[in-house]
Amino acid sequence: MDWAALWLSMRLAGWTVAILLPVSVLMGRALAYRQFRAKGLVEALVMLPLVLPPTVFGFYLLVAFGRNSPIGDLWQSLFGHQLVFTFQGLVVASVIFNLPFAIQPAQRGFEAIPVEVREAASCSGMSPFASLWKIELPLAWPGLMTAMVLTFAHTLGEFGIVLMVGGSIPGETKTIAIAIYDRVQGFDDRGAATMSAVLVAISLFTIAVTYWLSARVGRRLS
Amino acid sequence: MIFNRHSILAILAAIGLATSPLAAQNDAPIVAAASDLQFAVAEIAEAFTAETGMEVRLSFGSTGNFARQIREGAPFQIFMAADERFIADLNTDGFTRDEGDLYAVGRVVLMVPNGSPLTPDETLDNLAEMLAAGQITRFAIANPDHAPYGMRAREALIARGLWEELQPYMVLGENVSQAAQFALSGNAEGGIIAYSLALAPEVAPRGAYALIPEEWHEPLRQRMALLNGAGPVAEAFYAYMKDSTAREIMERYGFVLPEDT
Repeated sequence: MDWAALWLSMRLAGWTVAILLPVSVLMGRALAYRQFRAKGLVEALVMLPLVLPPTVFGFYLLVAFGRNSPIGDLWQSLFGHQLVFTFQGLVVASVIFNLPFAIQPAQRGFEAIPVEVREAASCSGMSPFASLWKIELPLAWPGLMTAMVLTFAHTLGEFGIVLMVGGSIPGETKTIAIAIYDRVQGFDDRGAATMSAVLVAISLFTIAVTYWLSARVGRRLS
Repeated sequence: MIFNRHSILAILAAIGLATSPLAAQNDAPIVAAASDLQFAVAEIAEAFTAETGMEVRLSFGSTGNFARQIREGAPFQIFMAADERFIADLNTDGFTRDEGDLYAVGRVVLMVPNGSPLTPDETLDNLAEMLAAGQITRFAIANPDHAPYGMRAREALIARGLWEELQPYMVLGENVSQAAQFALSGNAEGGIIAYSLALAPEVAPRGAYALIPEEWHEPLRQRMALLNGAGPVAEAFYAYMKDSTAREIMERYGFVLPEDT
């Protein structure tokens, strides 16, 4: 059992969720309430990672963040190290790749709030922030929770991009999914089986807890 | 309010996970090694650590893939390629410290899993017969587009005149370890893999093999080089690779070693 790889995956998932939570609140809310011209395009862009193969993103990231690219250069001069083949690089890749999993359920959550409720909040003199904090977030909570859990679980399961831009560096970019792949290739069937079982258990547990939580919250609210 | 308690807990858990102190920062140099070295170099690295107290981290994969990643700035300090041409190209473009050293010459074998109708023989006659008899459904090699062992397997099959006939049954591994995995998983009748893998204790009990004549393919001249970012520990490991302990281990895994270093 490669605990370091599991821990790395957990950290990656944790960071991805921490970064995507505010993003999904802002983007999900904007997409749910506002009508604007390019809305269809924005929604399509957000959904894109869901349908594109990871190899496409892997290739773009490798080229866009590589040492010959402006972004790669900028990162290098700011932080003094390369973006690809580092943990930070994986976080960036993971955030982009999880956009649909975070924003889509959040958007549905905000859309489910009746417009009268928001109008009532604003008529009672609540500031937009107070309305968000006291009215909308509690109501959109199941959507947000789903978004974060999907993001977390999906990051644990991410494989293709990590394989392409990670380089399987122990303790840096060797996630649990890559470690399992390596074990299979190393004919270590027992190791691969143990790690796979642990991953199944963790994923199942995480998703079950969400369903349980959102059902509970749903009952309280109704 | 239930919402606040739970959501804030969840958020705190997420952030706590993310920001809690990193597991002791590991700065042991990373060795990128061709996957035919999977077992041999892992053993050498253990011996190195036991003897010197220094540590290296190993990353195994396809030589072509590593070469690409090195060009994009991967932080490897040593590159052990399965084919010296990759080292020569990297050296020309200034990614390695020098032209490096030949560390081994590899061989390829026909490996068949236990229970396969195939019998491994050096001339591949049985493979030809089984192929004609329609007994072959899947045959594994490494991807000849970028994996050196795949290129040599293709050359050997072309030399034996079986390449075209095998095409419909070919499954390609991303690297030679995956090809071995495919060949021995029980889903294929066999495959052409690295001798060093066939000899590994994890692999040997799963099947039987026959060495393929060297004249049928270009030699697998395996070269290693220190990359630009190499530090003292990487240098020590590089020197250790040329030392007697490492040479004994490499020989045990079926590699032919260069005469003197």
